[in-house]
Amino acid sequence: MDFTRTHFELFGLPTAYALDRDKLDTAYRELQNAVHPDRFAAQPEAEQRVAMQWATQVNEAYQTLKHPVNRGVYLLSLQGIDALHAGNTHMAPAFLMQQMEWREAIDEARTGKRVDALDALSDDLRAAHRRIEAQLADLLDRAHDYTAATEAVRQLRFMDKLIAEVGDVYEELEG
Amino acid sequence: MALLQISEPGMSTAPHQHRLAVGIDLGTTNSLVATVRSGLSVVLDDEAGHSLLPSVVRYHADGRTDVGYGALSAQNDDPHNTIVSVKRFMGRGIADIDDIASLPYRFVDAPGMVQLKTAAGVKSPVEVSAEILKVLRQRAEAAMGGELVGAVITVPAYFDDAQRQATKDAAQMAGLNVLRLLNEPTAAAIAYGLDNASEGIYAVYDLGGGTFDISILKLSRGVFEVLSTNGDSALGGDDFDQRVFCWMLEQGRFAPLSAGDTRLLLTKARDAKEALTEHTEVRVTAVLSTGEMMDATLTQADFNAMTASLVSKTLAPTRKALRDAGLAVGEVKGVVMVGGSTRMPCVRQAVADLFKQTPLTNLDPDKVVALGAAMQADVLAGNRAGDDWLLLDVIPLSLGLETMGGLTEKVIPRNTTIPTARAQDFTTFKDGQTAMSVHVMQGERELAADCRSLARFELRGIPPMVAGAARIRVTFQVDADGLLSVSAREQSTGVEASVQVKPSYGLGDEDITRMLKDAFTHAKDDMFARALNEQIVDAQGLIAATRAALAEDGALLDAEEAAAVEASIAALETLIGGTDHQAIKRGVEALNAATTEFAQRRMDQNVRRALAGQKLETFG
Repeated sequence: MDFTRTHFELFGLPTAYALDRDKLDTAYRELQNAVHPDRFAAQPEAEQRVAMQWATQVNEAYQTLKHPVNRGVYLLSLQGIDALHAGNTHMAPAFLMQQMEWREAIDEARTGKRVDALDALSDDLRAAHRRIEAQLADLLDRAHDYTAATEAVRQLRFMDKLIAEVGDVYEELEG
Repeated sequence: MALLQISEPGMSTAPHQHRLAVGIDLGTTNSLVATVRSGLSVVLDDEAGHSLLPSVVRYHADGRTDVGYGALSAQNDDPHNTIVSVKRFMGRGIADIDDIASLPYRFVDAPGMVQLKTAAGVKSPVEVSAEILKVLRQRAEAAMGGELVGAVITVPAYFDDAQRQATKDAAQMAGLNVLRLLNEPTAAAIAYGLDNASEGIYAVYDLGGGTFDISILKLSRGVFEVLSTNGDSALGGDDFDQRVFCWMLEQGRFAPLSAGDTRLLLTKARDAKEALTEHTEVRVTAVLSTGEMMDATLTQADFNAMTASLVSKTLAPTRKALRDAGLAVGEVKGVVMVGGSTRMPCVRQAVADLFKQTPLTNLDPDKVVALGAAMQADVLAGNRAGDDWLLLDVIPLSLGLETMGGLTEKVIPRNTTIPTARAQDFTTFKDGQTAMSVHVMQGERELAADCRSLARFELRGIPPMVAGAARIRVTFQVDADGLLSVSAREQSTGVEASVQVKPSYGLGDEDITRMLKDAFTHAKDDMFARALNEQIVDAQGLIAATRAALAEDGALLDAEEAAAVEASIAALETLIGGTDHQAIKRGVEALNAATTEFAQRRMDQNVRRALAGQKLETFG
């Protein structure tokens, strides 16, 4: 199996953060149609094994490109940068302040059992997530500023954690 | 029995031969078998015209077994030896079964999976399930007039690795070749989705006898993509029976019950529950073996009140599945209802309220899973060409490892599309540490003690280094059945250890062989004749498929490579003429090994074609 192809090459997509999601989904479905083990269930074991390896690889590549944080981390890794390295801790103070405010808002919604407040907060977080994604596309695809891009990727990861926390609170309030 | 078709040497068998394959819904309460005939999926009935086979097995002291209606009618007279709802015990330990006190069985604690003491000896839930599957296999072979090439067996989406492995082992014991373990909601979606040719987001709400599953699927252009799944593998119609049973105890104020009377009241409870789907009230009467009696009326309103907490227990996982898929209720185009328990009006109402739409109930909720499984079996057996579809399923629960301090480290998060593989690096924490224990867990909780333990193994022979210097890479591979294998490798020295996550409940290959032998003692089949026959069919299939591949893509091999493959084929053909099934098996393995490189090149070619946007022909 040829694993030297990048995930972008595997799906026939340009190597860029800005992504045509429809094209990715279509290429993913076509590739899985060609390699999925279900296509080889009646075939010899050797073909089944190769199919499993390929389908695994295609799934991995799809998950990486589909997910905004993973796609950023992957693009930076192609530049030799480990964005999630433990030594990379710099974060703009303004962003950290905003984080704290959001955390407090989550706590308030929890203690006040306010599902409506949680809904509003969810919308805010998703909007902020989209803004950072747009910045990241600009930093990676146009400005090639990998230092700033690394920070943006880590900010996105923070956002994902916050969104997951909101999910936990929903569960708590609904349960 | 119909004759097997054997092709002329050099001719491909694949396109014309209809391969007999079935879908089996191995349910908590009832099981079914279905197949595709002339393009239509149909449930196969027994001689008496019953399509449902009650999932009940009765063991006699002489080793005979009754399965289905015969066993069901004996459950009140012989409760210890008549096993009902065995699916709830698959891959489960005693501690996992919370209503154990109210069950009439004599449980035996065994590592990993509970066992049951019967008149015919101690039986594992795997053996009990195999009895049910055997009856379905015989029913299918009688109806279809030939041996099956394989079966798709459905499991609740929320089944963990131990439960899936137990199901696969049961199929193996019943002499079935498992083409795929398929998640029940996904099977239901196939049955619905293709009939209605629907595109969009669907929720499948599956409340069976003993399990609850919710799956969110995206249907688009022939691909069924499972976005998320959630559920409760210990919640189902049986729990509703239990509530009615408790109500009956209150009404009757009985002395402590015998096992037979417990069974009797549970049966009455189920009857009352079923009557309430059509009527607003039902009169419940019972006379116990002690002469005690009860006579009371249960209204639908009372029933709804006593089961409301059970219904709401299904809604929390449903909301969670939607959140995991990143979807709002309004984005769901339809809700498919599966499982006999969705006939209850209170369940339908709760689902309609949550999704703000009337759920789909036009296919029989008892049959829809088997019908979908049969359609998938037909695809996997290679009977369809061109117009088939693809399933992309997910793992229901996160997989991980226990780390220092009894915490879990997730390696593969839940709802990851399968097949998948993920590696994680670990290191030693003591100077000179030469072994490392790998403890594989499944579940969402932080503490290892709260997750399910799947397997433990040791990586030994790590060269002594200072703490933190060794690099141990642990790789998880989950196949298309959702089954896990784990390997560990020290990076600098290449020391390796791996485990098929299988013996967690103490059923090794040896146990299975022993059980197979036990099972065959009481059957007419000659095990060795069957094993030989199966090996020959396997070998012929492999030769035909290899020849077809050579005819199609022989150009991918040079003369020397092609000659090597031909030599392996010739060797295997010679072995087929003999009667040594072990030798044939080795010949099959040798041919498989000889074609590995060829398979790689064929797949590379497929991928190139797919990327070029060419519409691919079917393979095979």
